[in-house]
Amino acid sequence: MQAEEHATRELEVHGFKVRLTSYRLGEVYHCTADNVDPGAWLARSQGASREEAEQRALDRATELLGRTRRQTV
Amino acid sequence: MADYTHPDVLVSTDWVAQNLNNPSVRIVEVDVDTKAYDEGHVPGGIGWAWNTQLCDTVRRDIIPRQSFELLMTASGISNDTTVVLYGDNNNWFAAWAFWQLKIYGHKDARIMNGGRKKWIAEGREMAKDKPAVTSVGYTAKAPDFSIRSYLADVQQKTAPQSVDLVDVRSPQEFTGELLSPPGLPETCQRGGHIPGARSIPWGQACQEDGTFKSHDDLKTLYANNGISGARPIIAYCRIGERSSHSWFVLTYLLGYQNVTNYDGSWTEWGNLVGAPVERGAAAAAG
Repeated sequence: MQAEEHATRELEVHGFKVRLTSYRLGEVYHCTADNVDPGAWLARSQGASREEAEQRALDRATELLGRTRRQTV
Repeated sequence: MADYTHPDVLVSTDWVAQNLNNPSVRIVEVDVDTKAYDEGHVPGGIGWAWNTQLCDTVRRDIIPRQSFELLMTASGISNDTTVVLYGDNNNWFAAWAFWQLKIYGHKDARIMNGGRKKWIAEGREMAKDKPAVTSVGYTAKAPDFSIRSYLADVQQKTAPQSVDLVDVRSPQEFTGELLSPPGLPETCQRGGHIPGARSIPWGQACQEDGTFKSHDDLKTLYANNGISGARPIIAYCRIGERSSHSWFVLTYLLGYQNVTNYDGSWTEWGNLVGAPVERGAAAAAG
């Protein structure tokens, strides 16, 4: 099998950039959400459609980023 | 490979695709989240979990020599095997594995340029099954810690400013605005950076597709930040994996001598009682 329909898009969540990378492996869509800078993976998910996989990854990323505290420098 | 000093340590995704069945090559995906490997990986590749197989699970350290030998043996890797490493998070943990293989003296370790990200983006073949592995004997060399910095090394060498210290975290972690990468656990009590450190985030060494920039671009990147290779260099990040990536760049792609990875990194320094900390923007290069 091969990764097909590969796509990436960026959005902002709680003031942080998030990149969603999705693709299809066989019948399953996969999505990873990373924090762009520095690029660490925040969430991985699967779904029957790209939208479903993306939403699951985005929900988890949103939860994690909501806990991130900014310090006054 | 773009005039790198040691181009033999990098292989392209094309090269890997052509060597999937090469018996002298073992392909290893190194992840912090091994579900990625289970989902699909380079055909014939085995998976290593960074946090449980490359790190001691009791004390904070790399695995000891005997455990390393067992891992290599169980992975079907002999002392003569060409080990090709790639992984998630832009090859951060693959770079850590490379660093660890060099500590234990493995001769032929290489990194797949662009990592898992590029392999997938190119629509290359993926497998879900784990390959059958025949265990072979492996004898590690005595650990070479000349490529590792411990806390005491950093404390002793940074006070008189006899080394160049490179902080490869994001600018927000460097200034102290964030205590961790966004969305990840905070592992320190204080934010900021080690006094005197230069901020050169790891990602500046890479192109959009995850592959490394050219030798000349890398040299310019570091030179513009006051790092020429004329003095010893210590790279650090939060837990030592991003700095493994930069250590790889500085040592193998640019060929700078005496580069070490301080894997204790900010998780160690940012928790020390009484340690000096700088906050705010990067110091000017010079």
